[in-house]
Amino acid sequence: VTSVRRHDAVLLSAGLVALAVVPFLVGDFRVRELSQMGVYFIAILGLNLLTGYTGQISLGHGAFMSIGGYTTAILVADHGIPDWATVPLAGLAAGIAGLAFGVPALRLSGLYLALVTFGMAVALPALQRKFPGLTGGSTGLQLDFHSGRWNYALAWPIALGLLAAAWLLVRSRVGRAFRALRDSEVAATAMGVSAARYKTLAFGVSALYAGVAGSLFAIDQAYVVPETYPVQLSFFLLAGAAIAGLGGLAGIAFGAAFLTFVERYASDVAESLPSVIFGGLLVLVMILFPSGVAGLFERFTNRGYTRPR
Amino acid sequence: MAEFWQQVVSGLATGGIFASLALGIVIVYRATRVVNFAQGEMATFATFVAWSLLDAGVPYWATVVVVLVGAFGGGMLLERVVVRPVARAPVVTAVILTIGLLIALNGLTAWIWGGASRTLPSMFSTRPLDVGGVAFSVQDIGIVAVTLGAVALLALFFGYTKLGLGLRAAAVNPASARLSGVPVGWMLGLGWGIAAALGALAGILVAPSQGSFDPTLMLPILVYALAAAVVGGLDSPAGAVVGGLVVGVLYNLVGRYVAFFGGQMRLVAVLAVVLAVLLVRPHGLFGAVAARRV
Repeated sequence: VTSVRRHDAVLLSAGLVALAVVPFLVGDFRVRELSQMGVYFIAILGLNLLTGYTGQISLGHGAFMSIGGYTTAILVADHGIPDWATVPLAGLAAGIAGLAFGVPALRLSGLYLALVTFGMAVALPALQRKFPGLTGGSTGLQLDFHSGRWNYALAWPIALGLLAAAWLLVRSRVGRAFRALRDSEVAATAMGVSAARYKTLAFGVSALYAGVAGSLFAIDQAYVVPETYPVQLSFFLLAGAAIAGLGGLAGIAFGAAFLTFVERYASDVAESLPSVIFGGLLVLVMILFPSGVAGLFERFTNRGYTRPR
Repeated sequence: MAEFWQQVVSGLATGGIFASLALGIVIVYRATRVVNFAQGEMATFATFVAWSLLDAGVPYWATVVVVLVGAFGGGMLLERVVVRPVARAPVVTAVILTIGLLIALNGLTAWIWGGASRTLPSMFSTRPLDVGGVAFSVQDIGIVAVTLGAVALLALFFGYTKLGLGLRAAAVNPASARLSGVPVGWMLGLGWGIAAALGALAGILVAPSQGSFDPTLMLPILVYALAAAVVGGLDSPAGAVVGGLVVGVLYNLVGRYVAFFGGQMRLVAVLAVVLAVLLVRPHGLFGAVAARRV
């Protein structure tokens, strides 16, 4: 499958038009929410490359976001670099951390990997508080404040660029190697796919996406503290990716919207309600539609869809 | 030296808590091949139910019995309603599902009881006990005793009762077990029930020893329990207990004697040890290395 199909093309153009028009139609506060949705979009996209396409579970993507966010904050606060210019560097820093983490990941499979990444997400805030000279400790670091529209104009073009990159990646030789490893590591290795190389690569690429997302998140919030990236964030990202549909790109905008708006509006009703709705929906989606929104969409448009393993 | 031993004993008490939760995780893992990330939140929920019962004037021991039995039933119910439908699904699905449970239960606890701190009376007196110049608290020793007692009971149950053997058979080879007349479905539910009751026990023991508790009670403990389960090997109950005690003692000694790893940095130290163990033995200290048929 190499060509953009008509459904995809129509949906994509509609999405692009909406993205271009909406910031002029609604207030700046709303636009800020939409820019946050762009941040989640990038993070979920990256996590989906790892979990959906390569079959490695990460419960620590909030930590990679944190690394990206802190890279940006340190470069802005201590070195006076303009915040937008730090985004690629933040992605790079998180990507390198991801590659480094991919190496132990090779020895661990499935659940053990999930548990180790979870440990990383839990431990990182403690480390950040331990080195206040670099990270500002519990007080955190201050960044420049921008309007919602400014953030939107920064986040969404990057998100779309990264979507295009992901689209190309999953259709390339590398993407096929990722899926082969997901479906059967033994068979893939027998066919000459290097499990070590591609698993590490998947971790690196995925962490790079998370780092970019974390950087944009920091710029959006205009400050970072260790709690900016709580452990729950890693859970929520996995939840968003699962709701979007692991192993497909169609549902990601929906997953991102879900993360942004359920959190925002359910908390108006009761403070802890978002968690209940969130968790409950997650359980329901896993039972009823394990292939998420992307799977529903595929079924709706009558296409063959291979369920991720 | 006296202080060292004191730290070791209080480390064993902490480790006993980790061990009960880790044992719950291992029992569920053996029964259904699912790592239950909601194990801690189930325990928190049970602890809050205990608080409500005591608040309503139910006597202490009656509360303990009601909560343990209730947790057992709740665990079985969760297995039947939530986990059973994804029994044949890939690992990712099951992991995400239990994380969904974690998020939902955490929210539910906070929604019902609010975020305020509460206190639960202890099963034991907090009076210090002097043994050869070393001061132990009765509570610490009680926690160790109760945990080890529960483990011993479970060992007898798994080793010498028909039900326990059936449960092990269902976990090891569901198809053969079913052919031999073991009701595999009920056995899996039983595993979840036992795990939930163990979690509730851990909650009732740990809440008083921390002074006060709120809906985040079990979140840090879950991390250590997972660490313990992983160090011991996810499919080894003995490993979970040993892992729990080791992690507990490590947690206390490192926090006390290595200045750099004080406070929250203890977590980093413990996780570093876990990672080191896993790199040498990817299936934990006591875990079976799975041979895969290709």
